[in-house]
Amino acid sequence: MCGIVGLFLKDKSLEPQLGAMLSEMLISLSDRGPDSAGIAIYGAPSGIEAKITIQSARPERDFRGLDAELAKAIGAPVSLAAKSTHAVVRTTPAKIDEAREAIKALRPDIRIMGAGDVVEIYKEVGLPEAVVDRFGVREMTGTHGIGHTRMATESAVTTMGAHPFSTGADQCLVHNGSLSNHNNVRRGLIREGMTFETENDTEVAAAYLSSQMAHGKNLSEALEGTLSDLDGFFTFVVGTKNGFGVVRDPIACKPAVMAETDQYVAFGSEYRALTKLPGIDNARVWEPEPATVYFWEH
Amino acid sequence: MPAINAFNAGNVSKAAREPGHNQASKVFDLAEMSLRELNQALHNLTTGSNETAWEVLHPRGSHSVAVGVDQPVAIDVRGSVGYYCGGMNDGSTITVHGSAGPGVGENMMSGQIVVKGDASQYAGATGRGGLLVIEGNASSRCGISMKGIDIVVHGNIGHMSAFMAQSGNLVVLGDAGDALGDSIYEARLFVRGKVESLGADCIAKEMRPEHLELLQRLLDRAGVTGVKAAEFKRYGAARTLYNFNIDNADAY
Amino acid sequence: MTYRNPPTTPRKSATFDDYTLSEIRRAAATGIYDIRGAGAKRKLPHFDDLLFLGASISRYPLEGYRERCDTSVVLGSRHAKKPIELKIPITIAGMSFGSLSGPAKEALGRGATLSGTSTTTGDGGMTEEERGHSKTLVYQYLPSRYGMNPRDLRRADAIEVVVGQGAKPGGGGMLLGQKISDRVAEMRTLPKGIDQRSASRHPDWTGPDDLEIKILELREITDWEKPIYVKVGGARPYYDTALAVKAGADVVVVDGMQGGTAATQEVFIENVGQPTLACIRPAVQALQDLGMHRKVQLIVSGGIRNGADVAKALALGVDAVSIGTAALVALGDNDPRWEAEYNELGTTAGAYDDWHEGRDPAGITTQDPELMKRVDPIAAGRRLANYLKVMTLEAQTIARACGKNSLHNLEPEDLVALTIEAAAMAGVPLAGTNWIPGKNGF
Repeated sequence: MCGIVGLFLKDKSLEPQLGAMLSEMLISLSDRGPDSAGIAIYGAPSGIEAKITIQSARPERDFRGLDAELAKAIGAPVSLAAKSTHAVVRTTPAKIDEAREAIKALRPDIRIMGAGDVVEIYKEVGLPEAVVDRFGVREMTGTHGIGHTRMATESAVTTMGAHPFSTGADQCLVHNGSLSNHNNVRRGLIREGMTFETENDTEVAAAYLSSQMAHGKNLSEALEGTLSDLDGFFTFVVGTKNGFGVVRDPIACKPAVMAETDQYVAFGSEYRALTKLPGIDNARVWEPEPATVYFWEH
Repeated sequence: MPAINAFNAGNVSKAAREPGHNQASKVFDLAEMSLRELNQALHNLTTGSNETAWEVLHPRGSHSVAVGVDQPVAIDVRGSVGYYCGGMNDGSTITVHGSAGPGVGENMMSGQIVVKGDASQYAGATGRGGLLVIEGNASSRCGISMKGIDIVVHGNIGHMSAFMAQSGNLVVLGDAGDALGDSIYEARLFVRGKVESLGADCIAKEMRPEHLELLQRLLDRAGVTGVKAAEFKRYGAARTLYNFNIDNADAY
Repeated sequence: MTYRNPPTTPRKSATFDDYTLSEIRRAAATGIYDIRGAGAKRKLPHFDDLLFLGASISRYPLEGYRERCDTSVVLGSRHAKKPIELKIPITIAGMSFGSLSGPAKEALGRGATLSGTSTTTGDGGMTEEERGHSKTLVYQYLPSRYGMNPRDLRRADAIEVVVGQGAKPGGGGMLLGQKISDRVAEMRTLPKGIDQRSASRHPDWTGPDDLEIKILELREITDWEKPIYVKVGGARPYYDTALAVKAGADVVVVDGMQGGTAATQEVFIENVGQPTLACIRPAVQALQDLGMHRKVQLIVSGGIRNGADVAKALALGVDAVSIGTAALVALGDNDPRWEAEYNELGTTAGAYDDWHEGRDPAGITTQDPELMKRVDPIAAGRRLANYLKVMTLEAQTIARACGKNSLHNLEPEDLVALTIEAAAMAGVPLAGTNWIPGKNGF
């Protein structure tokens, strides 16, 4: 069980504060999720580089010299910016898939948190305050982002058990609730060739979305699919390259609040997460309907 | 009789409740003091206390604001609250000048709560008495398991409202979402707008003169003007689920 | 001369046994599921499959009487201003007024008070009799919220948020029309004589993140005075215990499938929820993993019958146990002296479980004024106190034999198991071996 936040900026002048705003939102929900926290920030596209966010439990060992080795392996320039246990690897967009394979080959213990043109994903065990400090999230700039703070229900408290889960290029998922048929769904996805790192129900939801999109559905259709194919209680917030999406299950017991002004669209599990946003006193505040997919995109 | 009769919902929002008028309001700033201190101060009130008007500033979505109050005081909350504002209220009049999170007025025993903005899920859940007025919209499960509370919503209500509603009255000027009154017992539902769908054993019922009178009294108590009781439809239990019958198994 | 085949002995089916055949016939006749009270009746791995080692050359016993063996327990030390102090680690579990008669509830209160322990209200709310007669009263906070009010919340000694119970994890309360008398109807705000439908989830929260907020609300209403218990059925004891702790519980109550109910579907009782023995080790493990063992207390219920059960549960790491069915038997439930009337009801003493019908010859699970008179609350209270005394003495006898000056110093290492299942569930070795199935790769 958890707290979720999402923020989509309409006003470009707020972009330098995206990380700070999202951090505040997330920290206000710490009670809902003391175990681990994670955040996905969508920054400005550089046009010339794509990114892979990687994680290691032994960063000194695994990140040292990785940029040079990778550059050699894929034959393209590579830069690596480390933040604690995570690092952002940047290279030519056309070489991203090769780079992912090369990372796995060169450093088998490294985990890939996400990849894409604009997204960076940071997640770790610990309270939201500790996690945002560790990764300098408050200083980050961006157009939109989603975040999550976790109270583990049926699986372990680990880095990989934290959300967001990557579902595709520049896409990731956070979840509040508890699925009840994820074991069956996972088995079906394994037969399709997908691999799983955790026993976590959210990882199954993320893989389900990836699988649906690999079969040709767009994200909106894939989210519609969750309403019939996934069972249990869920509020999903999905980060995309251009914005974010929200869907609640038909029973809709898990909370969800949205706020919109001329400057932003925001999502929080509780109104408490939204109270420090600028202009919140005059914002349109509402709750998303059950079994309905919503999107906000640039 | 508690002094709340002097504080009709229609008047609470007016200037009469500004600090300094009539009696000095006790001001509690949740940016400076803790929720625990606020609730303890409210619980420490004794019968006949002259601290009858309270202002709570900067609630900022806090949970459990003014819960368990059992004295006939007036509490103005200046801002939006989180879950369970006014939970188990017994005699006080609470006005939320903002929106309320899930469970506002849950299990209220008596008294009055007015939400100027919107209310989230479970508004008035299991309430046993008193009056809850939502001037905006209420979300899903409004009046769930209500046991005697009266709820008046100026706007719309969400799905699964009045689920297992046992007694009391739910009045909705706007629309109602899916599965209204599912598994309802003896509560009365009055809806002026459209009902998306009715729940198990909930049916439209005849509006007789006594219902029109009851509804008008509720509208008056809630300070609602500009609508007539005759514009509402009444809904309630068909009572086919009152004794187990295998042919109704789908309803359970 | 004709040769006759010798007949084989008539053989009944283990799969289609007499009970199953009768149930199929009943279902075919009525078209409705079977409803009954009590807990799971089938044979399950239980405390009988565990034995204490006792004293030996390496371990020395205590003398009875002079060398004390402490039985007290404190519940709710985590957050409450007024934790509960009990003389014995055996409490009376939640049973509703409505499912039980007024005199029966009074008897429970009297017996528990004589013994220095607590009783618990049930789905119907708090009665004056129970508050008056029970010195320490735990007030249940259930999905139905029948009769819930802040005054009773404040005059309770503890609050128990019920998420589920062992007989029906995932089911709500059930009270049929026969037992919804005037008084019950008034307390529950229901029309008299109807069949009460039940909510299985709480109306205003779902999930441990929201439970945390609900627990905070209950604390705020009661000025942080009372311990807050969270009760679950035997579903996922490890996760449920961990989540209850994370949601802020002071005490976790885990009720296994042998735990009784007043009424629910038979198929629910026998097929949903785990045996009590299977729940204990995971619940204790969860507390230990969180560093909260003994800081958040664990109460276990479901089939506790004697002092040996009490001692075994405590040895496995539990802080206290709760009894329901056993308490009713002590009051006189299913007593053979009513055999003729049980026969008239189509049953026999020891098997009577149609408590929902409200025709209990013992006068306990009924609202019938004539039947209720068969329970003298004072005498029945005395019987309960006697029974609790015996269980306590039995547990002390065992503990002393194991060299303990307190029941709470019993350990898993004082136990062995007679079966592989019990060894695996309890995490203690199979007798005569070092083998704990599932540990160390075996």
